[in-house]
Amino acid sequence: MTERTTASARPRAEAAPHPSGDDRFNLIDKHLRRVHFAQDELIETLHLAQDIFGYLDDGILLYLAHALRLPPSMVYGVATFYHLFTFEAPGDHACTVCTGTACFVKGADDIVQRISQDFDVPAGGTAEDGSLTLRTARCIGSCGLAPVMVLDGQVLAHQTPESALDGVGAAVAAGGDA
Amino acid sequence: MPAPIDLHEVSERELSERYRFPWRIKACMSTACLSAGAGQAFEGMEQTIEKEDLALEARLIPTGCMGLCSRGPLVRVLRRGVEEVMYQAVNKEVGIDIITDHVRDHKPVETNLYDHDIPFFTSQEKIVLENGGVIDPNRIESYVGHRGYQALERVITRMAPEEVVEVIRASGLRGRGGAGYPVGSKWALLAASAGEDKFVVANGDEGDPGAYMDRTVMEDDPHRLLEGIGIAAYATGATQAYIYVRAEYPRAVERLDRAIRVARRKRLLGRNILDTEFSLDVNVRIGAGAFVCGEETALLASIEGRRGIPRLRPPYPTEQGLWGAPTMINNVETLANVPTIMRKGADWFSSIGTEGNTGTKVFALAGDLVNTGLIEVPMGVTLRHIVEDMGGGIPDGKAFKAAQTGGPSGGCISSEFLDTPVDYDSLRNLGSIMGSGGLVVMDEDVSMPEIAKFFMEFSMDESCGKCSPCRAGTVQLHTLLERITSGIGTRQDIRDLEHLCHVVRDTSLCGLGQTAPSPVLSTLHHFRSEYDDMLVSEEASHA
Repeated sequence: MTERTTASARPRAEAAPHPSGDDRFNLIDKHLRRVHFAQDELIETLHLAQDIFGYLDDGILLYLAHALRLPPSMVYGVATFYHLFTFEAPGDHACTVCTGTACFVKGADDIVQRISQDFDVPAGGTAEDGSLTLRTARCIGSCGLAPVMVLDGQVLAHQTPESALDGVGAAVAAGGDA
Repeated sequence: MPAPIDLHEVSERELSERYRFPWRIKACMSTACLSAGAGQAFEGMEQTIEKEDLALEARLIPTGCMGLCSRGPLVRVLRRGVEEVMYQAVNKEVGIDIITDHVRDHKPVETNLYDHDIPFFTSQEKIVLENGGVIDPNRIESYVGHRGYQALERVITRMAPEEVVEVIRASGLRGRGGAGYPVGSKWALLAASAGEDKFVVANGDEGDPGAYMDRTVMEDDPHRLLEGIGIAAYATGATQAYIYVRAEYPRAVERLDRAIRVARRKRLLGRNILDTEFSLDVNVRIGAGAFVCGEETALLASIEGRRGIPRLRPPYPTEQGLWGAPTMINNVETLANVPTIMRKGADWFSSIGTEGNTGTKVFALAGDLVNTGLIEVPMGVTLRHIVEDMGGGIPDGKAFKAAQTGGPSGGCISSEFLDTPVDYDSLRNLGSIMGSGGLVVMDEDVSMPEIAKFFMEFSMDESCGKCSPCRAGTVQLHTLLERITSGIGTRQDIRDLEHLCHVVRDTSLCGLGQTAPSPVLSTLHHFRSEYDDMLVSEEASHA
C-alpha cells in the first residue's frame, strides 16, 4: 500500500434501524464516516468493534471488509495477527495476570497455574460454564507493584496465589456480569 | 480560528495562583498509585477540605508519577515558606488525617511520613520526568506554568529549521528506544529528504516488559511529548505526526487525545501554529498487542492498518516510510528530552552524563529491590549505585544475583560487573543493551536458565513469522531450554543451543530475531555453571 486510499462507498447518512438487524452496527458506521472510510483505520475500527460486541466473529469481520473495501483475507489476517483481538465470547468475569519480567520474577506463573487449576479454565481461554476468562498480559507497566493481576478492570497489586484465588473466587461467586 | 494562546500571560497567572494558597497538596494519581487506592484518598482529602472550610487555604492538585511506586499512594504537602513533606501509603483515612491534622492543626501525620532525603530521590537528575509529581497532566495551563511550550514558541518564531537540527546534534542526544542512534543525524536525514508530505512518528509501543517510562511521559506530561513532536516536525519539515501507543495503555491514549484537542484549540497544533506559517497535524494510533511493532518498519505497517511485519532496510523510513513518504520515528522518551534541550541549550545538556553518552536515562526499577519505581539518572552512573544506593539493595537480606536490562532483547549482568557505568556502549560490551530502560533485579533464588527460557518463550510468541531463523529458531531454542531446565539436557544440547543462538542472531531479518538470543547468550556467558548443574550426569546420559 504505497498510496493512501479511501473506500469510495458512502452508506446512507442517517441509519435508522440497521439493515443487519443489529443496531450496534450503526456505531461502527458512524465511526467509519467520521474517518472517511480510510482503509488505514482498520485496526482502530477493529478495536471499536471489539469494544461494542465483546469479540469479533466472522460476520463482523466481513462487514468491515465490505465497508472498507478490503479483501476479507486481509481483515482476517490483521485481526488474527494482533494479540488483543479475540474471536470468542468472553466469560462473565475477566482475570488478566501480568506475566511481564518483574511479575515473572515474583511468581506470576504460579498464580496463573493455580487459577487455571482451581477454576478449570485454560490460560488464554474461557471456562466452559462461561463464568471466567483467564488471560495473561506481557507487562501492564505497573512493575513496582509486582505481581499484578487485573480482575474485572481493577488492578490488584502484590498478589500471592492465595490472594488471587480469593479475589477470583469472590468475583465468580458473586455471579452475573462484571 | 481562535486566537493563539498567550503563553506569557497564562504562565504569569499560574505563578500567581501558586502563591495564592498557603498549602498545596499534590497527590500522585498515576496508574501504580491509583491501583493502590489513590482515588479514594483523593476523594477523602477533597471532601475534608470542603468540610473543614479550607478551600481558600489549601489546594489539592492531582499529579503524575512521583517515582517511588512501591510506597504509593504518595502525597506531597507543600506549605509556603516551609520545607515540603512526603507521605507514603496514603489511604482514605490517612488522607483525611493529612487535612485535619497537618493542614488544619499543623501537626504532621507521623505514622505515614516518608523521609524523602534518600539517594532514590537525591541522586536523580530530572529532565524527562521533571514535571512528574509536579503538574496536573490534564491542565495545559499547569504545563505552561512550568515553562511549557516556551521552546516551541521560540523555535518556530525565531529559529531556522537547520539551526534546530544543529542544536540537537550538538547536544549529543541519542535515541532512547534502545539502539542509541544519534538523534541529530536522524533529523538531518529527514530534513534533507525531498517530498511534500513528511511524517514524524512518536514510538510509544513500549513492549519491553518491565519498562514503563514512555507510559509515564504520555500519561503524566502529554504536552511535553506534543511540544517535542512540534519541534521535531518544524526542524525536519514534517506536516503530519502520529503517536503510536500500546493498546495496553488506555489512560495514556485518553490523556493524549485530550491534550491534542486542547493544544489544537490553543493553536499550538493544527494550521498556522501561533500564527506562523508552520502547520502540524498530530494523531494517535493504537496498537493491538504485538511486540514486533516496536521495530520501526513494523510500526509503520501497523499505522497503515496492516499486519505489523517488518521489512528489509534500506530503504530506511527517512527515505520511504508511511505511504511511501519520508518518515522519522523517534522514541517517546527521546522526544520528551527535546523541549528542555531547546530551552536550556546543547551545552547544558551535553554537560550531563559522559562523553558520547550525554543527558539522562529513565530506568524502571523492578524485581527484588527495596525501592521500586521510576528513576532518571545521568548517563554513566554505575549499576551498583542504582541497585544498592537508589534501589536500597535486596530485601530480606538476600544476595544480589543479576540485573536484567533491555528486556527480551537484552541480557543479564552479574555482580562482578556492578561497577560498570550505565551507558549504551558499556552495556553492549557486557552482552546486554540499554534497551528502553527496564532494569529488573534478581536475587539469589532466581534461576538464570529459567529466566532465559522465560524470555525465549516471549520472543517465540512475539515472532511475526516472516523470516525462518526467527520463526523456527526461537521455537527450537525454547525446546532446548525446556529440556535443560527440566533436567534432561545434555552437553550436546548446550552446544546446539549456543550454535543456534548465533545462527538466529546473525540471520534474522529484524531486531526482534537478531536480539532474541541475547538473554540466552548473556546468561550462558555470565552464569554457565547454572546450566551445567542442570544437565543429566555423564553416566546417566551414557546409560
